[in-house]
Amino acid sequence: MSRFLSPFIQSVRRDLLLAARHKTEIVTALFFFVIVVNLLPLGIGPDPDLLRKIAPGALWISALLATLLGLQRLFAPDHADGTLEQMALSPQSFTLLVAGKILAHWLVAGLPVVLIAPVLGLQFDLSGRSLLILTVSLLLGTPILSLIGAVGAALTLGVRGSGALLSLLILPLYIPALIFGAGAVEADLAGLGPDGHLSLLAALLVVSAFFAPWVATVALRVALE
Amino acid sequence: MNHSLVNWFKFASPASFYPLAGRLIPFFTAAAVLLLAAGLWLGLLVAPTDAQQGEGYRIIFVHVPASWMSMFIYCVMAFWAALGLSFNTRLSGMMTSALAPTGALFAFLSLWTGALWGKPMWGAWWVWDARLTSQLILFFLYLGFIALQAAIDDPRRADKAGAILALVGVVNVPIIYFSVQWWNTLHQGASVSMTKAPSMAHTMLLGMLLMALAFWAYTIAVALMRVRCIILERELTSEWVKKNAME
Repeated sequence: MSRFLSPFIQSVRRDLLLAARHKTEIVTALFFFVIVVNLLPLGIGPDPDLLRKIAPGALWISALLATLLGLQRLFAPDHADGTLEQMALSPQSFTLLVAGKILAHWLVAGLPVVLIAPVLGLQFDLSGRSLLILTVSLLLGTPILSLIGAVGAALTLGVRGSGALLSLLILPLYIPALIFGAGAVEADLAGLGPDGHLSLLAALLVVSAFFAPWVATVALRVALE
Repeated sequence: MNHSLVNWFKFASPASFYPLAGRLIPFFTAAAVLLLAAGLWLGLLVAPTDAQQGEGYRIIFVHVPASWMSMFIYCVMAFWAALGLSFNTRLSGMMTSALAPTGALFAFLSLWTGALWGKPMWGAWWVWDARLTSQLILFFLYLGFIALQAAIDDPRRADKAGAILALVGVVNVPIIYFSVQWWNTLHQGASVSMTKAPSMAHTMLLGMLLMALAFWAYTIAVALMRVRCIILERELTSEWVKKNAME
């Protein structure tokens, strides 16, 4: 078992090490998230009732944008220096290597967002229970963003104007995650309970974790041809 | 040696498909013109005025078939995409990219006529109804597909990347539809529902069917014309183009 997973673990370890050597990238994406979330009250007004209402959506949309920011660099540096080609040619499973890269991307870009979200939720006057549900929804949802985003990043690898193109391809596919993620808090406030939304979000996570690395691998092979 | 009666792959080659498409185009063009004339005549002149909606309802003779086509074309694109990826046929990718602009056109047409219909009937150009929202997202999916293909220079890579995107999209369309529907019921946004349509007169239904068939024939004719252009563009250096197609 451990031998089967060793390329996966090595790939995660390598990308985390690379990320640790370029700490500014992680911090920049995180601050982008913080700034976007904080711009919204400035644009909409400081009314606490209104802010409490928009908080889940605001945090979720900011998380989508923050994820997009890092996705462009998911495969591009490795493609530029030829590492990606070597990975595709190696006897190890390319899918597992790609899955490792996706997990590393989530650990670097998604997890910090999840951890800082409750603090930002306090600025929107959310109750303790809502904060907990929001954090759980982000914990389940941000890996989906990394997984689906990896497919888009693979499709647009080395393509003209890939940044804007990536957003155009990926944002419509993020809609279900956004609806169930931001909807969990609202459903709880409406008295329906968050379980249904969170279960569906978990289902989306399982399905995308199963398919997305494989589809991304196919797309990468097309890009490398 | 295994000789089957029909050679299924004969027309998978652009060289043999090009003349076939050329022969089919006039047929489908004529069908489109005749069906369109019949459908419009039935819809605009024969069908009775609706008791509740007046004359404004006649926009559905364009709106409903356009919505059907926009969804159907995406499925056809996904079919060609799957075929192209599994059999590695060049023509499949060309068909996929030939269909995309027409699909986007119908999605846009359905949104636009829907807005024109919604203003007098609902009093709003746009409501966040589940169908409207998912139709808008379908339009975005078309635009994403066209943008991806336009951004990639190598046609073979553009075909394959587009095929993967079309398949990912077609898996996502039902998920998006149901999530939007649930989102809408939670918000209780639109108070008007399109599902509670009153039972239709036979002439209306017939008019709508004729219009749908007309759009169908139009789509086939235009897609074949476009695929012929794509074939010529890509095979410009090959012998058969110089010999036959450039007369």
